[in-house]
Amino acid sequence: MNTNPQTAAHLRERAETASAGFPALLAAADQLAASVALGEHGRRRSGLGDEFWQYRAAMPGDNRRRIDWRRSARSDAHFVQEKEWQSAQTVCFWVDDAMSMSFSGDRNRVTKAHRARVIALAAAGLLVRAGERITMPALPGPAKTGQAQLMRMAQSLLDEAEDDFGSPAQHHFPRGSRAVYVSDFLGDWQRIETALTQAADHGVRGALIQVLDPVEEAFPFDGRTIFESMSGALRHETMKASGLRDRYLRRLADRKADLAALARRAGWQYTTHHTDGAASSALLWLYTSLAARH
Amino acid sequence: MFALGPIVFTAPWLLLGLISLPVLWILLRVVPPAPIRRRFPGIALLLGLSDEKAETDKTPWWLLLLRMAAVAAAIIAFAGPVLNPQTARPGSGPLVVLIDGSWADAGDWSRRQDRVASLLAEALAAARPVAVVMASDPPSGQLNFVGADQWQRRIAGLTPNPWSPSDTSWIRAQAQDFETYWVSDGISHPAREDMLGALQTKGPVTVFEGGSAVYALRPARFEDGLVVMKALRAIGSDATELSVAGYGLDPVGIERALAEGVLEFEAGAREAEMSLSLPPELRNRITRFQLTGIRSAAAVSLTDDSLKRREVALLTGRDDREGLELLSPGHYLRQALEPTAELLDAPLGDVLLANPDVIILADVARVGSNEAEALLEWVEEGGLLVRFAGPRLAASDVSRAEEDPLLPVRLRVGGRSVGGAMSWGEPKSLRKFEQASPFFGLEIPEDVNVTSQVVAQPDPDLASRVIASLADGTPLVTRKRAGQGQIVLFHVTANAEWSSLPLSGLFVQMLERLAISTRPERPDAKALEGTTWVAAETLDAFGGLESADTLAGVAGEALATDPISGKMPPGVYENDVRRLALNVMESDSSLEPAAWPASVPVEGLLAPRETRLKGAFLTAAMGLLLLDIIAALFLSGRLFRGAGHVAGIALIMLLPNGARAADELHAIEATRDVVIAHVITGDPEVDRIAFAGLRGLGDTLFRRTSIEPREPVSIDLETDELAFYPLLYWPISAIQPLPSPDAYARLNRYLRSGGMIVFDTRDADIGGFGSTTPESRKLQQLAAGLDIPALEPLPDDHVLTRAFYLLQNYPGRYAAGDVWVEAAPPDAERAEGMPFRNLNDGVTPVVIGSNDWAAAWAIDQSGNWMFPVGRGYGGERQREMAFRFGVNLMMHVLTGNYKSDQVHVPALLDRLGN
Repeated sequence: MNTNPQTAAHLRERAETASAGFPALLAAADQLAASVALGEHGRRRSGLGDEFWQYRAAMPGDNRRRIDWRRSARSDAHFVQEKEWQSAQTVCFWVDDAMSMSFSGDRNRVTKAHRARVIALAAAGLLVRAGERITMPALPGPAKTGQAQLMRMAQSLLDEAEDDFGSPAQHHFPRGSRAVYVSDFLGDWQRIETALTQAADHGVRGALIQVLDPVEEAFPFDGRTIFESMSGALRHETMKASGLRDRYLRRLADRKADLAALARRAGWQYTTHHTDGAASSALLWLYTSLAARH
Repeated sequence: MFALGPIVFTAPWLLLGLISLPVLWILLRVVPPAPIRRRFPGIALLLGLSDEKAETDKTPWWLLLLRMAAVAAAIIAFAGPVLNPQTARPGSGPLVVLIDGSWADAGDWSRRQDRVASLLAEALAAARPVAVVMASDPPSGQLNFVGADQWQRRIAGLTPNPWSPSDTSWIRAQAQDFETYWVSDGISHPAREDMLGALQTKGPVTVFEGGSAVYALRPARFEDGLVVMKALRAIGSDATELSVAGYGLDPVGIERALAEGVLEFEAGAREAEMSLSLPPELRNRITRFQLTGIRSAAAVSLTDDSLKRREVALLTGRDDREGLELLSPGHYLRQALEPTAELLDAPLGDVLLANPDVIILADVARVGSNEAEALLEWVEEGGLLVRFAGPRLAASDVSRAEEDPLLPVRLRVGGRSVGGAMSWGEPKSLRKFEQASPFFGLEIPEDVNVTSQVVAQPDPDLASRVIASLADGTPLVTRKRAGQGQIVLFHVTANAEWSSLPLSGLFVQMLERLAISTRPERPDAKALEGTTWVAAETLDAFGGLESADTLAGVAGEALATDPISGKMPPGVYENDVRRLALNVMESDSSLEPAAWPASVPVEGLLAPRETRLKGAFLTAAMGLLLLDIIAALFLSGRLFRGAGHVAGIALIMLLPNGARAADELHAIEATRDVVIAHVITGDPEVDRIAFAGLRGLGDTLFRRTSIEPREPVSIDLETDELAFYPLLYWPISAIQPLPSPDAYARLNRYLRSGGMIVFDTRDADIGGFGSTTPESRKLQQLAAGLDIPALEPLPDDHVLTRAFYLLQNYPGRYAAGDVWVEAAPPDAERAEGMPFRNLNDGVTPVVIGSNDWAAAWAIDQSGNWMFPVGRGYGGERQREMAFRFGVNLMMHVLTGNYKSDQVHVPALLDRLGN
């Protein structure tokens, strides 16, 4: 959380702003999650769990209490009922909170940040319903499941950083956990690459969702223009913006290709989502990529 | 002053500023357009990219040009350019501004008035005494030279006359020398040289002429069954086409163009001819031909009987002598009438159905009793029955004992025969026609004599029925009137059997005088001698027709020979049987441009107007700068950001305001309560004020009286029913179009059925009685079609002065204007002991004023006055009086002359302090 020394009034104002957006974000995420049907989450092997997995003949050493008498009564042998191994997965979300995400190319279009939060929260909601544990780099303590964790996550999502571009934090993932990175991935490439490689080294797999505004894809600018980053820290002046279009688009395509290559190398999934598209498609993609077996 | 062609600069040194333009060019060239700031996260990818081309940061050349033009226009504007600077005309001493004032001026009259006004303005500046003279209406006695400002006001009131100037004696009668500015109509006429000579003896002459082409139409001729029209123009310029239309009453009685044709002037030609083939029925209806779109008396050619071909039915009694054509009773009549009339040959019963103008019965004694009745009815409705005697009539017993209704006199048995082989005496010749006779003035040839005739019984009224007689006094032609028609009997045969009359020219002339036949040519002075003609309609210089009730009669010979003048304006003249058109252009008139000797300076009619171009140049500079804004927006990509909204607003504004309510609903609304209405003039501001005014008046009525009107209504004269509204307030706007004939019919019906129209010219601040403001001229035009009685200024004892409040003045926003109402009957007398006359009947159908009442009454939605009236307390008093006048108006409309009754007189007298 952002804990800069602040006046009480400023804190309260932030709290109110945050709580104002909170229900809306939750509602949007809920609505989105409802559109995805829950699938199975078992580990496809016998172990501790609630779901029936298979019967096997009782072996010497099996506790008698485990013998399924109803099944055994139908034959001469004794059978033991095995359950499917159900262990909760840990999924770590990183949603870019840098200022570049608060951009929207059109008054009627949501910001990239909003879309990223909604997708992340909806996916988290789905995972919580499936009993998985979720966490975020910004959240203290271990990954947890349940509505309380979801609330904490939502709360955390509303924070905004003051950097222009964000990059995934260096985070210690539990081995074998999953990660979801939602960002525009326009920032420093080096840091993105480092973070992703490091995560892969921990055996973490996951998904990259690149959220972009259509304006960023089209670059519909003409004339003499001074481009500024969202915080105003970076400036770039051009006499003829339209002359830059081709080269910008080429660079953007390069960035996407790099991301895709990096993801492939690390065994991650990668997609690009545009804020003028439906959030549900991104969520569906995320859901299936998380559910995929590796 | 520095001149450049017709343009002069008042501050030419400022033009040096133009030298700075190239410097400006360079400066503007290096300053790039202002950048837009954009927030854009993708900047991370942009960093390090540089612009490809270096020169794109410079302003494009066309934008530079635009800005240079704006600056140049501003520099030129401040250098004070003036187009056609006026230089004063030299000269001093008394000045006569002479206007021809003829029909040829009419087409360009307002331009001539403008020219005269500008000449007067010059004279005023030079302080010269001026007299303005219209040559077509010359002054009598000495000219009155006064200040030009006195004439300036009278220019608007001058109108041209439909004749050319002819009198020059007034010039020589002047004792004083003067300079002349002659605003000429540019047409040559006989008195022009004489006039110029006379003027030159008095002082220098300068001629102003020009203007649009002058066209004239000669009277239509009848040639070989075709109507031939010929038009002239003064100057043979380019090829052009003129359309000509023949106007007359259609069978419904509405005047409309019955025939139309096109006259084609070839390039250089000064005459154009065209012929129309018209059926007789149509031709007889046409009363005038007119060149379309040309306002001049010469462009109108009134038609008279010469174009008409009367329908004459010829019935003869004796058809048994086949082959002897010369002895046939109808032969000479046919010969005489065929060239000039349409002859009908049919049994009497069929002929009557065709309703001919004339029926001639040659030696027919009796007609069937049914037919006789129909024939008599036809005569009484205006037919002319002409009968010729003959053996049959002489032998029959018709009209012996008592007068036959179809014969003018009783006849003696057998007739008489003189100068024959079996009788004594000489054949009788004719006596000179008496003055009362329609034949008066016709010369009687020596060789006309009568050998046989039927003889009239001497009855008491025989003398009055004789219109021609023999030398011994025996009636030869008798006539009696029956209803609107007449019956004429020639006591001789229509062939040469009984007399040589049918062989003579006199016979044809007599038929003409009886209007049986008509002559294609204008009758000459001789033929018209002794007749008196009265103008039925006259033409004004603009080619409009006016009724001529007040003109004295004109002698026939004067009609034939004298030039057109004020005593004898062009128009249609008629006597009891015939109509004669007197046109500006006769069939032999020509149209020549005026030729001026080289010594006379001739100037154009249109004075080049001095125009200051500073404003125009500054506007251009401003416009260019606005364009520059748009161009700059376009360049920086900001032009179309708001375009969507603008389009949306424009679309909303274009949406129709919703349909009109159903008529029926409208009628119910309008009649449920009292509703005051105003006429939609087409000037939105005037309409808005009128509506607000009536709303204010309605509020006042509601508060103060038992009249509780609803919201006022705006009336479209063309579509809305008027009958629902007791009072129609009609503000006059100079731009209002004239109502259609339909609308006029409804207005007149409204006025006749008790409606009241309040006309308000709203110009009491600038115009008084007799002035010609645009509104009052418009009012004249509007009211011309209305059935308005004689008017008088609102008398002190009119009911309007005491219908609710006691009032003696009737101010609106202005207090100066007169108010006119229907004139009281001339026999109204003051009642004994009362201060009022007994005026008990009728509500005045119109109230005409100019005080702009609506503006004084007008309140806005929140009930505030919309316009100030007067100043301070006096102003408030004036507004109060305006409202009281409005209340009185409504009371007068709704209660009629209730207050004129005697009931309240004692109380009123008490209040008046009598």
